[in-house]
Amino acid sequence: MNLKLKIWRQDTSDGSGQFKHYEINNVSPDSSFLEMLDMLNEQLVESGDQSVAFDSDCREGVCGMCSLTINGIPHGGHQGTTTCQLHMRSFSDGQTITIEPFRAKSFPVLRDLVVDRGGFDEIIQAGGFITCRTGSAQDANEIPIPKPLADDAFDFAACIGCGACVAACKNASAMLFTGAKIAHLNSLPQGKAEKDRRTLSMVSKMDEAGFGNCRNYGECSAVCPKEIPLDVIAKMNRDFAVASVKGFISK
Amino acid sequence: MIIDAKIPAGPIAEKWSRHKFSNKLVNPANRRKYHVIIVGTGLAGGSAAATLAEQGYNVTSFCYQDSPRRAHSIAAQGGINAAKNYQNDGDSIHRLFYDTVKGGDFRSREANVHRLAEVSANIIDQCAAQGVPFAREYGGLLANRSFGGAQVSRTFYARGATGQQLLLGAYSALSRQIGLGTVKMYNRHEMLDLVLVDGHAKGIVTRNLVTGEIKSWAADAVVLATGGYSNAFYLSTNAVGCNSIATMRAYKKGAGFANPCYTQIHPTCIPQSGDHQSKLTLMSESLRNDGRVWVPKDAADCEKPPEQIPEEARDYFLERKYPSFGNLAPRDIASRAAKEACDEGRGVGPGKRGVYLDFADAIQRLGESAIQERYGNLFDIYERITGDSAYRKPMRIYPAPHYTMGGLWVDYNLQSTIPGLFVIGEANFSDHGANRLGASALMQGLADGYFVLPNTLPNYLAGEKPGIINTGLDAFQEVEADVNAFTEKLLSINGTRTPRSLHLDLGRIMWEKCGMARNKAGLEEALRKIPEIRQEFWANLKVTGEGKQLNQELERAGRLAEFLDLAELMCHDALDRDESCGGHFREEHQTEDGEAVRLDDDFAHAAIWEYRGAGEKPTRHVEELDFKDVPLAVRSYK
Repeated sequence: MNLKLKIWRQDTSDGSGQFKHYEINNVSPDSSFLEMLDMLNEQLVESGDQSVAFDSDCREGVCGMCSLTINGIPHGGHQGTTTCQLHMRSFSDGQTITIEPFRAKSFPVLRDLVVDRGGFDEIIQAGGFITCRTGSAQDANEIPIPKPLADDAFDFAACIGCGACVAACKNASAMLFTGAKIAHLNSLPQGKAEKDRRTLSMVSKMDEAGFGNCRNYGECSAVCPKEIPLDVIAKMNRDFAVASVKGFISK
Repeated sequence: MIIDAKIPAGPIAEKWSRHKFSNKLVNPANRRKYHVIIVGTGLAGGSAAATLAEQGYNVTSFCYQDSPRRAHSIAAQGGINAAKNYQNDGDSIHRLFYDTVKGGDFRSREANVHRLAEVSANIIDQCAAQGVPFAREYGGLLANRSFGGAQVSRTFYARGATGQQLLLGAYSALSRQIGLGTVKMYNRHEMLDLVLVDGHAKGIVTRNLVTGEIKSWAADAVVLATGGYSNAFYLSTNAVGCNSIATMRAYKKGAGFANPCYTQIHPTCIPQSGDHQSKLTLMSESLRNDGRVWVPKDAADCEKPPEQIPEEARDYFLERKYPSFGNLAPRDIASRAAKEACDEGRGVGPGKRGVYLDFADAIQRLGESAIQERYGNLFDIYERITGDSAYRKPMRIYPAPHYTMGGLWVDYNLQSTIPGLFVIGEANFSDHGANRLGASALMQGLADGYFVLPNTLPNYLAGEKPGIINTGLDAFQEVEADVNAFTEKLLSINGTRTPRSLHLDLGRIMWEKCGMARNKAGLEEALRKIPEIRQEFWANLKVTGEGKQLNQELERAGRLAEFLDLAELMCHDALDRDESCGGHFREEHQTEDGEAVRLDDDFAHAAIWEYRGAGEKPTRHVEELDFKDVPLAVRSYK
């Protein structure tokens, strides 16, 4: 396959960037999207240019490190698929492909296609956990959890924290990400003790980190490689309302 | 180099509890005065950082990824073993201990393995309390499955993403401590060297991968949790960033490196589709329960589509060679048999490096929906990568490197031969001997981090005066200058070869000569060729860009520099271990049926390598291994 690439290049986080055009030939349809970029980078380095910086690690769709907005869609728009699992056979010979970083105010570009998603870590640090000191846990079977509940919790916990939901949202909202973690922990009996505290704290950190509000566009769930359902946002809003009311009454 | 495993006295089942009692403790009020550096945030590093911080120590953690949640433990699929005996099927601590020693082909340290089995049950309790969504039965209790040759069901799992869920559990505990300020977390930082003060590990030097800043960090002890080195093969199931810089720098500063030749090759991975390939993807071993492995009998048939090859022209080679185990032959046997078929020119797919894993019989017997229910997600992954549907035509699979049992040598306290340097998880030479059983990697990582290190590290700290180490000491300035000079050197060669192209060369040699099967001539050839690649690397490397910026080519070059040295060490170890055991198969030592032949009289020991300087052959030391509680025996798969 021969392709034309239009790639965002930016040297530093404080500098401005621009699109640059590249051509790449003889790409195997069996190579992954990131392997195609590896190939481009080999050519760039061999000719003395700097390689295009992009994030990736596990390259099997679970670590959440890879990103990229491809032809305007985070992860390229194949249902349930991260960029690293996207293969070139999904594109056509001679096609022009536009590659940009995930765009969001709270995800500043560090270089080329690499962005800083540190805001996600801060949201988890604010309350995305169940407090249980190592060694203090009871026998695992002392808290029975009905299978359907455990299955739901798994679905919510499947989020890989890639940030596609934020990049796809007009408001750069992180409510799908935050809602997924809150739904996972709040739905389990182990998570009940800190439910209100967790919800208030994570939502407040989310706002503080500069993520926008949900307007029910649903773009987040559509691009989510783990297909986290929009319901988690409704659950979070409900838990937030309950926690806020409780806080108001107890004042 | 003094090798003292410090195994406590007493009966095997009492060693750990006696040892914990005899260890010195640090008073809760004094703990905050101690500072611990932990490199890596996978299951081992993440759980250790969280637990030590909970105890009151000051922890500084580092990872090269952009978040601690992305460490490669996340990719483990199958499950985690624990001796809970929830199934009432005869499991016990002693049975898990026994299975692990035997599975490791009698090349692990009994006392460590017993401790691992002892704490395994606590891990499940801890993770369930954190909210890890383990699979449940309808009654709400935990579900188990059998795995990796065990005769009991002791594997806990969270669908096909057990590693992800356990890591997110450890990450949540770590995040809580970061939020409380007890752990300082530095993402996108790579450890480039270790700093010794008066012979003790007292700090590290890192490169900030965003700004390129080289910086020193001081502490009272250093913990490495930096994973394995399968990427020495270039292509493996590891994440593309996994590397051996930390362990190799420690080795070069005096830490013994144990059993580097023990590598595990997983039989069921998606084959390479061409030279563009950057990594290999594992498909769960469970597929072999219903899939039949075959290649054409006649090499001339290899180019034909599989459906045009009639039944009588197919060689179901595992069923033929191992009639009682058939397609469920153990990992090492299945991997080698596939390689042999391909070496005979009977492989299928691109480069003829693949064998079929055929579900046609199972689909006919059970129906497509039953197969979909069992393996649907795996079939989806396969289709996404290859573009083929395994419902319509057989999968193609091929073995790939995915775990390394070797690593830095540690004593019973998980301390390396450098005082104050502790090594946990896959990075140490571990509890798996020469072969790791399925679902045991997650168990070991979390055992080390949650339960073992937090009980042994304080004993070292209690003997150290806290807070006297700072980065102003000469030792730090010297190492920092070395690191800067090394980086400058990589940038200044300005030749014609990219880091990736050189890594590909190294990987080919390692896979051919030090992969699934090894022999003397091949290893000697590798030991001639690796120095040639290293020479090419230092004479003709090309890294564009600068040091003080985000520079992924520079990262790759630095990682490859250490893989070149480690690859040579792996070959030395494989050559000197003149026997077959577990994942180390020397063609000279096999039975007529192709079974590994161990030589216990000569090699019932761990080999520990001491660095002697660039270009010098390292010195081989041994730790004799005693098998008192699990008597030495021959593994048989017939």
